Amino acid sequence: MSASTAGRAPPKRRDWSWRSQAFRGLVFQVVVLALIAAGAWFLVHNTLENMRARGIQSGFNFLIQPAGFDISETLIPYDALDPYWKAFIVGILNTLRVAIIGIVMATILGTLLGVGRFSRNAILRGLCYGYVEAFRNVPVLLQLLMWYLLFTDILPPISEPISIAGLFYVSKAGFSFPIPVWGLGQGLAAAGAALGLLAAWGYRTWSHRRFELTGQPGSLFLIPIVLVLGGALLGWILGGAPTAWSIPAPGGFVMEGGASTTPEFLGVLLGLVFYTSAFIAEVVRAGIQSVAHGQVEAAGSLGLSRGQAMRMVILPQALRVIIPPMTSQYLNLTKNSSLAVTIGYPDVVSIANTSLNQTGRAVECIAIIMLVYLTTSLSTAALMGWYNRRSAIKER
Amino acid sequence: MSAVFQPIASRPAPHPTEGFVPWIRQNLLADWRSVVTTVIIVLLAIVYLPELFNWTLFKAVFRPSLDECQAARGTGACWGVVAAKYRLIILGRYPFADEWRPIVATLVLLGLLAASCVRYFWKPWLVALWVVVIPVFFWLMGGGFGLTPVATDQWGGLPLTIMLATFGIVLAFPLAVLVALGRRSHLTAIRSVCAIYVELIRGVPLISVLFMASFMFPLFMPPGTSPDVLLRVLVGITLFSAAYLAETVRGGLQAIPKGQVEAAQSLGLGYWQTQRKIVLPQALTIVLPGIMNNFIAIFKDTSLVTIVSLYELTGSLGLAVNSDADWRPYKIEGYFFIALIYFAFCFSMSRYSLWVEKHLSRSKLR
Repeated sequence: MSASTAGRAPPKRRDWSWRSQAFRGLVFQVVVLALIAAGAWFLVHNTLENMRARGIQSGFNFLIQPAGFDISETLIPYDALDPYWKAFIVGILNTLRVAIIGIVMATILGTLLGVGRFSRNAILRGLCYGYVEAFRNVPVLLQLLMWYLLFTDILPPISEPISIAGLFYVSKAGFSFPIPVWGLGQGLAAAGAALGLLAAWGYRTWSHRRFELTGQPGSLFLIPIVLVLGGALLGWILGGAPTAWSIPAPGGFVMEGGASTTPEFLGVLLGLVFYTSAFIAEVVRAGIQSVAHGQVEAAGSLGLSRGQAMRMVILPQALRVIIPPMTSQYLNLTKNSSLAVTIGYPDVVSIANTSLNQTGRAVECIAIIMLVYLTTSLSTAALMGWYNRRSAIKER
Repeated sequence: MSAVFQPIASRPAPHPTEGFVPWIRQNLLADWRSVVTTVIIVLLAIVYLPELFNWTLFKAVFRPSLDECQAARGTGACWGVVAAKYRLIILGRYPFADEWRPIVATLVLLGLLAASCVRYFWKPWLVALWVVVIPVFFWLMGGGFGLTPVATDQWGGLPLTIMLATFGIVLAFPLAVLVALGRRSHLTAIRSVCAIYVELIRGVPLISVLFMASFMFPLFMPPGTSPDVLLRVLVGITLFSAAYLAETVRGGLQAIPKGQVEAAQSLGLGYWQTQRKIVLPQALTIVLPGIMNNFIAIFKDTSLVTIVSLYELTGSLGLAVNSDADWRPYKIEGYFFIALIYFAFCFSMSRYSLWVEKHLSRSKLR
């Protein structure tokens, strides 16, 4: 082999014939994109034709017109003369309200059930298994309808509600509970609690660093709680230490005082919580089972009790396996809250449905619904993708 | 010299670990927490279980008699509502004269599904049977060629649920495999298109896909044509299910080591041969529990078509009881009845999935 040809690579020749895999791939992609573009043009052309033929107007300018319908429960002040976009904001807030409370309750209940599957007691194990199978195998719409029927049929009318300790009332109008009269003191208490939370997080970071350097464990539970509660107490005292509470009292037709949740909200909330907690229980169970049994044995040989082993050894390792399916269950709960339209809870799908029926702008209203849910899902999926990449086991 | 053997005193026998009493001791009375839990649960059972049994069985009314039901209000369940309305609940608004047609069609489809689950019937003629049964099913339900035509918006109840679930699964699965393969393709355009499809559909609730299918699908078609309501719903369910199934299949594809594909390439297999013979059999086996979970979810999702006015099982119960003021107070018993039907189908599907898993992992047992 001569020295002149040893180090020089042969010149690259682009092969434009059917033999080249790259060329075939290029042709295939061009064909697929052309087909999709043709299909999209066909759909858009038909849509425009049909809308012209039926006299349907298009455009998002209906959002600034007055809505003309009332909404049964709102978090912000709203009446029928407000524009459509405000109605949609009310819907989005209602969806977030049921989603966030539902996620917290479902996580707590689901984790307890998932851990309960590993209990020493056979009856508890069987009950958890029975709960999971019963609530997983029935459609969520049916469960929502059953809970709603339970609340509207079984509960007594508002004139004679069930009272719990004279402070809480349960009736066909929902669940009423006492609420503090919001004043400066409560606002300052909330601000103090938020500052206490920041201080607790700072303490936690400092305590971790000190543990890395010196091996001294800080108190991870007591001091943060003291900081948060202390901040809240300080803010409350600074605001004049107000103690006024608004306690519900049954009037003739309406509950006077206090705050209440409607039976629609309770029906959606409880239906979603009990359904999703069954799935979360399975996710937690799979996560706990994924931890090697040797870890449990090693924890036992160190003298840790079952509870300590679960808390300090198993659950932290199981979290890596639990978190991705857990977020998809959270997303499922948020998306299932769209079924509230069948019960009459005014979430964003229900409001979009009403607007659709009133204005006839089907494409725009459905696009708004899909935009709301897509934003939530895609941002959560992006976050989950980042977390997965960070904690994945790398393959070549 | 003689030494008499003096046996030492025998030790006490070890505690038995097998048997009924040892099981009780280990599983119910292991430590004080377990004892407290057992005692609390047994007390609750003693207080509430007899009441539950009374309400459900012993004091319940099984005959379709309104007077007996009203007399038993509060003490016993009124299963009479099911006895009185079972035809409307199970078959929906199908014309009374042709009742035998949905019953025969559903039984034929269920028989075919059951046969496809059993290994004994996994022969080539099963595919031919599927190809024959599908048009026969639509002929029996829809009419034409000698049977009176029945419009698709009159189909309802259990036949509609089973039909939507079966055809949703059968149509979504091949689409899902293609989309999953496309998402792992080296061609950028294919990968992007499949990724956009999956993320778009997975990000929205099924109810919005059904709204799109029922409100916007007629707008997408050429002016003058009006697609059948059942077709719209089936397209919506298929597209929705295929996105979720594609993610499950993609998880299985990711679990196959790269060496398998490289070995196939070194043997001279092309892309589709590799997928068909090497990759897909392994990938689908790995995620079989996930795929069965998706199938069960599709079956439950058919209940949502009630919202677009197709009266499958949940909707036909509403039809049957909402309009009849006499039986409306007993709606909850109707709900329990259809919950039982859904539970029976979904639970059998999950037990079948466990059986298939065990069957397929027999080769890996040591």
